[in-house]
Amino acid sequence: MYITKDLVAASATPLVLGILAEGESYGYAILKQVNELSGGELEWTDGLLYPLLHRLERLGHVESAWQTPPGERRRKYYRITDQGRAELAEQRRQWATVVDALRGVWSAAQSVKPIPAPVWEAGR
Amino acid sequence: MTVDELEGQIAEWRAYTHRRRELHNTDVEELEDHLRDRIAELTEAGLRADEAFLIAVKRMGSLDELSREFAREHSERLWKQLVLPAEPDTPAAARSRRELIVMVLCAAAAALAVKIPALFGQDMSGDGDVFYARNASLFALPALAAYFAWQRRVGPRVIGVLALLFAIGVFAANAYPLDEDSQSIVLSVIHLPLALWLVVGFAYVGGDWRSDRRRMDFIRFTGEWLIYFVLIGLGGGVLTAFTAGTFRAIGLDAEDFIASWLLPCGAAAAVVVAAWLVEAKQSVIENMAPVLTRVFTPLFAATLLAFLVAIIWTTNGIDVERDVLIIFDLLLVVVLGLLLYAISARDRTARPGLFDHVQLALVVSALIIDALVLLAITGRITEWGFSPNKTAALGENLILLTNLAWSAWLFFGFVRGRAPFARMERWQTRYLVVYAIWAWTVVLAFPLIFNFA
Repeated sequence: MYITKDLVAASATPLVLGILAEGESYGYAILKQVNELSGGELEWTDGLLYPLLHRLERLGHVESAWQTPPGERRRKYYRITDQGRAELAEQRRQWATVVDALRGVWSAAQSVKPIPAPVWEAGR
Repeated sequence: MTVDELEGQIAEWRAYTHRRRELHNTDVEELEDHLRDRIAELTEAGLRADEAFLIAVKRMGSLDELSREFAREHSERLWKQLVLPAEPDTPAAARSRRELIVMVLCAAAAALAVKIPALFGQDMSGDGDVFYARNASLFALPALAAYFAWQRRVGPRVIGVLALLFAIGVFAANAYPLDEDSQSIVLSVIHLPLALWLVVGFAYVGGDWRSDRRRMDFIRFTGEWLIYFVLIGLGGGVLTAFTAGTFRAIGLDAEDFIASWLLPCGAAAAVVVAAWLVEAKQSVIENMAPVLTRVFTPLFAATLLAFLVAIIWTTNGIDVERDVLIIFDLLLVVVLGLLLYAISARDRTARPGLFDHVQLALVVSALIIDALVLLAITGRITEWGFSPNKTAALGENLILLTNLAWSAWLFFGFVRGRAPFARMERWQTRYLVVYAIWAWTVVLAFPLIFNFA
């Protein structure tokens, strides 16, 4: 299933913050988790995760540190901050509102099936 | 594909990514870590290493898009930051920190050297001012030479030559019994800094003074240094104004402090700091001198051509006064500077273009103007006699004229596609020796020739 760029971009921040809220992690692991959570439907361009992480760091939502776990490569780990948790809560509230509204629209739309062609398109 | 081949491909990818200045070292490292994870996962799933590499790179996204996103997040990276090393853990950063410390020491030495004569009763504001004028270049330039000697790791032979030359400078500035208002003293005050600046050049090139490339580097350095020195001077002016103003507001007079400490010590230290800035930013920021040259070459060419037309149109002769030579000497210096810094930045393999024609027009018109001045002046020079000032002005004019005349000839050959541009560069860098000989002659021989007049 194809998910539009705008939707991917809008959901990226709460997804990353949500994953980091469960514990510190690094880029590749975050990406894998996003993949698992969405059942492989949410495809990100790998590289673009990093500018996002850097932006969250600049805003103070996450902090980062280079660490070398025993037997592994040196990696940059990201950890959520208190401010990041607050931001996550706020985003969650906003998303809940949007999802609720959408749910209302879906159930209303279901009762007027089939969807007629929008009137305004005929006038163009 | 073997592990070595995979490593080779990753190294290539890394080198390619490094070329994007939006991506810092740590970013590339982070991305590389990601790439390796992805490759490992794909090979575990059964792909061959080269296939895994290709897919991993593809999934990373196009480098253009990536750099654009990084640039959006780190827009400050497009403004190259100079002084603070961005990534503190690299060996380069350790070196630049060491250089910073040595620079501060040298600048402090230069600043303190200004105050040493005061310990022996040479007061800057009182009757010692002539002493300070004669020795001005001997406070800061040895410190600057020392900084370069340290930075270039020169051998004892070069250090010996530097010490000897500065000792000759001290001798030249102080040994001759010159009258305070003699012409020779003024000439010495003007020429000794020039002579010693070329000695600094000897330290700058690390003793390798025969190399044309290194000499050109020194010419580039000189232009940039001058610009930075002027910029620091402007900042210093603001600092001085605030120092004077704020202390006056609480009824304290800071003028003595400014005149005998802030200005002289600050100027001496600025000599070293400016040099360090030029060295530090060398590869980071585009050189300013060639940019200014680009802007002013057409303007000066237009002005000189207008001047020539005005002479012909009005048939006004040049009013040969006593000091007129100095102005035209300075004009030649400016034209030569424009020529030098255009050369210093030029791609030597590029074909002659419009700018080269403008440059040639500038040089030729300066030559014609100077020839007119010399024609007008020769008749009267016998009448005035050969005073030190007149001789020096005439000598300088001839030196610059010779340089520009031959430059014009080489330029002409280049514009017509007959001679390579490198000959011009070689001519200019070799000519530095002439300046050095002339400056030392004026400082050392003129007082003797003219009986300390």
